[in-house]
Amino acid sequence: MIDLSLLPDGGVRWLDASGPHGDIVLSTRVRLARNIEGYAFTARARDGERLRVLAQVREAVQHLEVMADSAQFRVDELPPLDRALLHERHLVSKELAGLDALHPLRSGAAVFLGDRLGVMVNEEDHLRLQALQSGFALTQAYEAIGALDRGLGQRLPYSFHPEFGFLTACPTNVGTGLRASVLIHLPGLVLTKEIGKVLAGMQQMGLTYRGLYGEGSEVVGNFFQISNQTTLGNAEEDLLDKLVRVVGHVIEREAQARKVLLRDAGYIIEDKLWRAYGTLRYARSLTFDEAMNYLSGVRLAVGLKLISGLSVYTLNKLLIFSQAAHLAYAEGRTLSESETNLARARYVRTTLEQESGAVG
Amino acid sequence: MLCDNCRERDASVHLTSIVNNEMKHEHFCEQCAAERGLETSVAPPKHPLGDFLQAVQQQSLPASPEGGKCSFCGSTLNDFRATSRWGCARCYVTFEPAMRELLRRVHGNSRHAGIAYEPPAPVLDENATILGELKDRLRRAIESEQFEMAADLRDRIRGLE
Repeated sequence: MIDLSLLPDGGVRWLDASGPHGDIVLSTRVRLARNIEGYAFTARARDGERLRVLAQVREAVQHLEVMADSAQFRVDELPPLDRALLHERHLVSKELAGLDALHPLRSGAAVFLGDRLGVMVNEEDHLRLQALQSGFALTQAYEAIGALDRGLGQRLPYSFHPEFGFLTACPTNVGTGLRASVLIHLPGLVLTKEIGKVLAGMQQMGLTYRGLYGEGSEVVGNFFQISNQTTLGNAEEDLLDKLVRVVGHVIEREAQARKVLLRDAGYIIEDKLWRAYGTLRYARSLTFDEAMNYLSGVRLAVGLKLISGLSVYTLNKLLIFSQAAHLAYAEGRTLSESETNLARARYVRTTLEQESGAVG
Repeated sequence: MLCDNCRERDASVHLTSIVNNEMKHEHFCEQCAAERGLETSVAPPKHPLGDFLQAVQQQSLPASPEGGKCSFCGSTLNDFRATSRWGCARCYVTFEPAMRELLRRVHGNSRHAGIAYEPPAPVLDENATILGELKDRLRRAIESEQFEMAADLRDRIRGLE
């Protein structure tokens, strides 16, 4: 099995809930799409071309100070469980991990992982750089990725057109190649049924939303990924500014919705959320969606201070480590669906039990 | 479960509301829910390429002057239609008129306003440069019938190769 201890921080430092608005915003991610001159884009490139791209990137990464302690994983040589594990940790995309039926695993698929920084090689574009931060921290994430981008761009000739900007396989990424996203928990807006209006307003502002795992993934547990829709025609700073303003507004709306819930339905909400905690604390089998929904309730209860003595960090860890590949990894073997549900309930129960002394 | 309103069709919209501190569960079919003005789902984000692909389908885009084939990767507009992905960076030049129109539809703009980029100066392989220079001189030596110099140059090239 993959040795995750090679990673500077297990690749999960972004989970520690230390960032701004950590109770509502799980994480902030900024990614840049880049291609290297002289090769066809990944999907059209031959095996040999992809391997040459990888060799060139490896050489460049070795010279970067920001990637000094990074680990390299040849994704194309990893078994499916290890690839799923990296994907569940948000360190590689579904496409790079070859877990997507439309995109089988490609030769030359690799990832370099540093401290909250990553370089995916031979994804849809030759390079997908990503920076992950805890909480709502767009500026920090952009600064981190900017340094990585400049370092690589000085050593690798990026495909760049004076009119169209950085060239990408999909025209939706061209220009800045920048997609900034904020993973945000909005149970208050969902429960008060305000979410439709908020999402519609966001779309009018040129932002879009997705589920926990980005493109094509469903919204579960009231977690939304809000990101910029367009990448061309605006400077990077303007795209980020807009996201900062809109997400700031969404955070305020969520806080208001939570106040309304407490005011108008205090004991009903309190009862519902404690029941969610009770289920997680004692259930013997949990599906992924069930776990996400109850965790969403408990997270809300912690935010509303209806439940105390439970850290947001623990809840964040539960979110990631109760996924199928993580459970299989912990058990040291592949699990059937029902075994996964049993293992999930056991893991959630044990984790909550460890903190139960302080919960009240 | 039948719809609470018409009691005919299956209920697919489940409404939980809080009235006077009491939780109320109601179940409606799509039709009755719509009549009551209930929003049944959050509209999925519109696919940004939808309009463009439709336009390509209807052949309303200007044909590319090169007969629609990229000279670097061999991609055509048909390939793009099938995959929504370009084959290489050169495609952006090959399909430039169509590209501008596409980017305007997708982004509302076709001009990059972000950071400018200068690629690094190519790292010259010293031997390759010397070799090229020697071969050039060899050619000129032969042309000017300086055979002694040509023989000397040939030996140096062999040595390097």
